[in-house]
Amino acid sequence: MAKFQGVDYFDLDDVLEDDEILVRNTVREFVEDKVIPIIEKHNRESTFPKELIPIIGELGLIGSTLPEKYGCAGMNNVAYGLVMQELERGDSGIRSFASVQGALVMYPIYTFGTEEQREHWLPKLASGEKIGCFGLTEPDYGSNPSGMKTRAEKKGDRYILNGAKMWITNGTIADVAVVWAKLDGEIRGFLVEKGTKGFSAPEMKGKHSLRASVTSELVLEDCEIPEENLLPESGGLKSPLMCLNQARYGIAWGVLGAAMACYHTALDYSQTRIQFDKPIGSFQLIQEKLTHMVTEITKGQLLCWKLGRMKDAGTLKHTQVSMAKRNNCYHALEIARMSREILGANGILDEYPVMRHAANLESVKTYEGTHEIHTLIIGQDVTGIAAFT
Amino acid sequence: MKIAVCVSHVPDTETKVKIGSDGKTIDTSGVNYILNPYDEFAVEEALKIREKDGGEVVAVSLGEDANKETLRKALAMGIDKAVLLKDEHERDSYAVAKGIAEYLKSYEPDLIFVGKQSIDYDNLQVGGLIAEFLGLPSVSVAVKLEYADGKLKAEREIEGAHEHVEVTLPCVVAAQRGLNEPRYPSLKGIMQAKKKPIEEIEAAQAESRVKVLGMKKPPEKQPGKIVGEGVDAVPELVRLLREEAKVI
Ligand SMILES: Cc1cc2nc3c(=O)[nH]c(=O)nc-3n(C[C@H](O)[C@H](O)[C@H](O)COP(=O)(O)OP(=O)(O)OC[C@H]3O[C@@H](n4cnc5c(N)ncnc54)[C@H](O)[C@@H]3O)c2cc1C
Ligand SMILES: Cc1cc2nc3c(=O)[nH]c(=O)nc-3n(C[C@H](O)[C@H](O)[C@H](O)COP(=O)(O)OP(=O)(O)OC[C@H]3O[C@@H](n4cnc5c(N)ncnc54)[C@H](O)[C@@H]3O)c2cc1C
Repeated sequence: MAKFQGVDYFDLDDVLEDDEILVRNTVREFVEDKVIPIIEKHNRESTFPKELIPIIGELGLIGSTLPEKYGCAGMNNVAYGLVMQELERGDSGIRSFASVQGALVMYPIYTFGTEEQREHWLPKLASGEKIGCFGLTEPDYGSNPSGMKTRAEKKGDRYILNGAKMWITNGTIADVAVVWAKLDGEIRGFLVEKGTKGFSAPEMKGKHSLRASVTSELVLEDCEIPEENLLPESGGLKSPLMCLNQARYGIAWGVLGAAMACYHTALDYSQTRIQFDKPIGSFQLIQEKLTHMVTEITKGQLLCWKLGRMKDAGTLKHTQVSMAKRNNCYHALEIARMSREILGANGILDEYPVMRHAANLESVKTYEGTHEIHTLIIGQDVTGIAAFT
Repeated sequence: MKIAVCVSHVPDTETKVKIGSDGKTIDTSGVNYILNPYDEFAVEEALKIREKDGGEVVAVSLGEDANKETLRKALAMGIDKAVLLKDEHERDSYAVAKGIAEYLKSYEPDLIFVGKQSIDYDNLQVGGLIAEFLGLPSVSVAVKLEYADGKLKAEREIEGAHEHVEVTLPCVVAAQRGLNEPRYPSLKGIMQAKKKPIEEIEAAQAESRVKVLGMKKPPEKQPGKIVGEGVDAVPELVRLLREEAKVI
């Protein structure tokens, strides 16, 4: 198959800075050399490629928008988005790892933490020496986390945590968990370290999606942590939602990478697969699919590019992030399914990446706010009427 | 230790080359450019030596403004500073080497790295010519280097074997695939590269000695032929190889 060279129907390279292009091309090369050759095996065996963590850290792909002072790259948001795009071209699980660590663990420590917490955790998380996870979702509270049952209680100079979290990316392999729990009725963030008494993180098995990513439960049974493990500036549902907003931004870019991988595979296949004595790419029905795919990818790119520039300018609204997350996940999944169709029976094999991406994107469409929840967020914004309940 | 690495800005290996309307140059429209892959080995080796022995590494590229993109990549990989020897005109290897050698006379490096060849015109001449202009020893197709006590031991790839050689510094080394595994520029490196200067100097004048008269694509490949299957087809295959293809 021809080497992947990106999808750029609208000459977006023209509006990217040289260093943004260099970042993208570097990550693209890394994914081509180190991720793609091993990913199907990990997906089959349902293992996370931990061996990639040091090099992901060394490249600076974790928390890359945070300041240099904490060992991060201090990049702008467009470059960060392009990193997410290229990682997810490899696999949504790899992108999820980087997203969670950067946007859901480092970001809250940076934003709600003390200088001490920042200095202790950020450089180690940036280099990949330590792994983090983000525990918000509970078995009974997914789309409405405000109802969470996990509780924190102050006892002397310690907090006692009780409750359970579910669907937590990186949970089992994490050295530190950012756990959201109610303290006197208010949602606060706490840092719970691996090995703390009363804390365990069993891995969830049987996933048909994001198989190359670790997903876990977090169990907190009279789990005692020192009081300095509270993220002091966190307060209310707004705090975890601010984190999700960071991660959703990365997802909006990331899924474009998965969509590009699928489109690239389908386009290539359509030119070499002969049926009825012709390449199937010469049939109108196939061309219609390819046209639809490249158009949706291009629209998604334009959304993300503008989103990134607004994020850098500080003018971004969270509803705009919702729109990009919702739209791009929806179409990436649609593109993955169409690619699967174009590949006929070959589409179901793991010799091609499309079925893996399609399965992964089912999770990506659900986590960080489902398609429906983002619909309601935008619906509320445009009508002024909340329709959640 | 002062190390200079010569880097060229070449079309991506995936480029489907089209000949320009003048019939003598390639059509550059829509072509992606990259740091010449053999120069990446050169950059990596220079960085490794600097990391071990200290000093400074400068990347030098002769050509147009567009070459800055390649210099930026070298800077992002960790090179300390970059020099663009500006010239908008096409040069042959002789004139390129002359321009670079003139600059290196003033920089006075202890070690000069080039890639074994530039994958655009494949002349394999620049390293040797620079050495000649500067009166220095040169080691081509290096696949292993060891530097100690002012001496450089190198392994060169020759037909069916490796040749072990030793040179004194200063010298020119042309890097071959296998010398090392080039690092990726890190995001931090890319950010730092934005702050590092690219010095621009008019390239010293030099006449090209080789004139390109024209470029032609090789004839289109003919489709293959299946002679038959199994052992029965062998005599016919042998006959065709002998009589038609004339290869045995
Ligand atoms: C692989 C994977 C990794 C994850 N990683 C993490 C993680 O690291 N940390 C973390 O905290 N969470 C994580 N999650 C959890 C994820 O964020 C939740 O699954 C998501 O928020 C949806 O919650 P739920 O699964 O409980 O679905 P539910 O909330 O039960 O929703 C079920 C369905 O009902 C719909 N629905 C719900 N409410 C409404 C409404 N008001 N109107 C209309 N429709 C509605 C939803 O859209 C959905 O279709 C992960 C999930 C997966 C699959
Ligand atoms: C799990 C599995 C089990 C199977 N079991 C059996 C079995 O027991 N026995 C058996 O004989 N077969 C079996 N098949 C094969 C199945 O019937 C074929 O996969 C199917 O007929 C499609 O053929 P193909 O995969 O070669 O796709 P292709 O024919 O190569 O089609 C590729 C794409 O091109 C499209 N296309 C093709 N021609 C045109 C056209 N003229 N215009 C527009 N679009 C076109 C197709 O719709 C498809 O999207 C099985 C397949 C699978 C996946």
